[in-house]
Amino acid sequence: MYKYDKYDQSIVDARVEEFREQTARRLAGALTDDQFKPLRLKNGLYLQLHAYMLRVAIPYGTLDSRQMRMLGHIARKYDRGYGHFTTRQNIQYNWIKLEEAPDILADLATVEMHAIQTSGESIRNISSDQYAGAAADEICDPRPWAELVRQATTFHPEFSYLPRKFKIALTAAEEDRAAIRLHDVGLKLVKNEAGELGFEVYVGGGMGRTPFVAPLIRPFLPADNLFSYLEAVLRVWNRWARRDNIHKQRIKILVHEIGQAEFTRQVEEEWQAILPNGSDVPRVEFDRIAAYFPEPPFATGLSDELDRSDPDFALWLDQNVAAHKRPGYAIVNISLKPTGGIPGDISADQIDLVADLAERHSFDELRATHAQNLVLPHVRKDALYGLWQTLREAGLAEANLDLVTDIIACPGLDYCSLANARSIPVAQKIATRFADQGRQRELGELKIKISGCINACGHHHAGHIGILGVDRKGTENYQLLLGGSGAEDASLAKITGPGFDEDGIVDAVEKATAVYLRERVEGERFLDTYRRVGMDPFKEAIYG
Amino acid sequence: MKIVTGNDLKTGAVIWWAGDGWSIHVADAVDAGEHADALAQTEQAALRVNGAYVIDGEATPNGPRPAHIKERIRAIGPTVRPDLNLEPADPAAGSWVI
Amino acid sequence: MDNVLRFRDDAEHEEPAVSLEAFLGQSNATAVRIEAGEDARHLIPHLDRVALVEIDFPRFRDGRGYSSARILREAGYKGEIRASGDVLVDQMLFMRRCGFDSFAPDAPIDAEVLDAALKRYDFFYQSAADEAVPVWKLRHG
Repeated sequence: MYKYDKYDQSIVDARVEEFREQTARRLAGALTDDQFKPLRLKNGLYLQLHAYMLRVAIPYGTLDSRQMRMLGHIARKYDRGYGHFTTRQNIQYNWIKLEEAPDILADLATVEMHAIQTSGESIRNISSDQYAGAAADEICDPRPWAELVRQATTFHPEFSYLPRKFKIALTAAEEDRAAIRLHDVGLKLVKNEAGELGFEVYVGGGMGRTPFVAPLIRPFLPADNLFSYLEAVLRVWNRWARRDNIHKQRIKILVHEIGQAEFTRQVEEEWQAILPNGSDVPRVEFDRIAAYFPEPPFATGLSDELDRSDPDFALWLDQNVAAHKRPGYAIVNISLKPTGGIPGDISADQIDLVADLAERHSFDELRATHAQNLVLPHVRKDALYGLWQTLREAGLAEANLDLVTDIIACPGLDYCSLANARSIPVAQKIATRFADQGRQRELGELKIKISGCINACGHHHAGHIGILGVDRKGTENYQLLLGGSGAEDASLAKITGPGFDEDGIVDAVEKATAVYLRERVEGERFLDTYRRVGMDPFKEAIYG
Repeated sequence: MKIVTGNDLKTGAVIWWAGDGWSIHVADAVDAGEHADALAQTEQAALRVNGAYVIDGEATPNGPRPAHIKERIRAIGPTVRPDLNLEPADPAAGSWVI
Repeated sequence: MDNVLRFRDDAEHEEPAVSLEAFLGQSNATAVRIEAGEDARHLIPHLDRVALVEIDFPRFRDGRGYSSARILREAGYKGEIRASGDVLVDQMLFMRRCGFDSFAPDAPIDAEVLDAALKRYDFFYQSAADEAVPVWKLRHG
């Protein structure tokens, strides 16, 4: 994975000192909160329901054991012994003190980490495929391109005071594991007929109050022009975004309002103006970055055989372990969704354990996923059983990847001042209701996503079953949505009807699964059956 | 009653206007009445609070109770982590929220 | 003119800035003011007769002016570009990088804080409208 050179380190160190000075000026009253807020948001620091909350960047979800241990250190020293992995591959801490934030950033900088641009109206963390470098279906590793984009968009002087946040995601496989079409810019690496590398460019996706699936703006962008094209997109948006209404400022609104054709025309025109400036990063620099992402020194001659005699191990193998491109290896998914637990939360002790496992079993590399789980990308099959036993002892071996209990949930009203309703107790109740292993497997792939408010940090629009928390005359109420997907078959979930209270929404989910079991034909997932039979059978069952 | 809440500027701790200063316990909250907004601004300018805002609450035999569940969660802590509550020794503390 | 910070060696331009609309309708104006929502590209055919472009920031969070300045520099404009309005010290480094070389902030700027801010970063990742060599170029010569 990428390692900082003296330039990268100098930039991050300068940023720490800058924030330390800005914080001192805030505490001395030289900056009002209104003036300080964008500055602290540019360093991932929110003022939240219980305390300051810090969001640490994990660029394209990749980190090593040293960095993971630092995340555990921060949880212990500065927080309350745990962290929360988010739907953008970042980690959040909920109990931060402003006066300690500069020290936290300084600690992070010692292991090449930061909280730069993880909130506020910035270009946010660049996200990518959690199986990058390990999956057989990618045409190349997307992460060197993600790193290139990360650097090019860090402290960009023209685009640091954007209309709203801006989220970019990259993939390099047909299967979209990064939900690229629900991002402001989604980039898919492809090869043209001549075998040259380039990007399909999608612009204008997003969730929140007005969700959109991003249209394709350019079917093939030569890879070397990635940055100048991004600048063109940003410049067009910066100029035209509506600044009168905070709910209308994302680029998805602009693309929708002027239309895909006109938006494309403007971007292409702007790009032609930008190209002569020479802002594109040359291939030699890309090659330098790419050299940090070599294939690990895989062992050869390994067996693919596995002893499945332990039924619990077999269950976990079938559900959480994905095929690796190399014989004898596997991709391990570590579930942070224990039944009845808090989705995405991890204790400092668990963090240390996972760091050790990554170091020992995965060439010192692990990943955070946008489904709030973790991945050890390169594990020898002959190490799987021992690994699983260790995970199980630590409560990290729930065999539920992509099943009904693998729920994505935002922190909700328990933690977030933006929320209208709590989301975690709903996730806990659903998981408990469906805890039976046999039942989970019978239902198969079923992605439930819960947001505590319309900001959709739980990605409920992209859930096969989505749940949205609302405030109904001062009490918590939940709307049920069906049929969303963040994969390459992207679609937005539709609301079923009137909302429910906390127990009611769990019952409604159960009724929806009953309809699926009744209506499905062989091989259909919940999502497929819904798409085939439509909303009516579900409405009937839920509302009677 | 009008209750003023905010966060301590340095530590981020949730605080409640208690009349003669700020307290981390909602039980100490007083009715700031029609001066609530002005008070919030003055205290914010003096750096004694950050992000102060005014909410409705009612005086009950058990102390001030914020009208909205959000501020009741704010007063006690996340309902899903009773061990992190302001009153971790009291298992019934969480039931006051709902 | 007080409260103006200049990073240019030449003398301050004497003529007041007219609106963009007025400038385009007038043949003898040499100073023009661009509001946040206006398109700086309209000036590109007339750059040879402009000595000062004032770009307004109605609220410091409104970042449209950064693009306006950079567009003018990319078009070859060498005259003065001034940021006016809600301009705070913590944005001025970005503004300098986008090609602003003078500032007329609504509120006074602490000179010490500004000096520290402008000197804080030795390196920058991307090329902009200033002289800084982007890191990728330093890496490969």
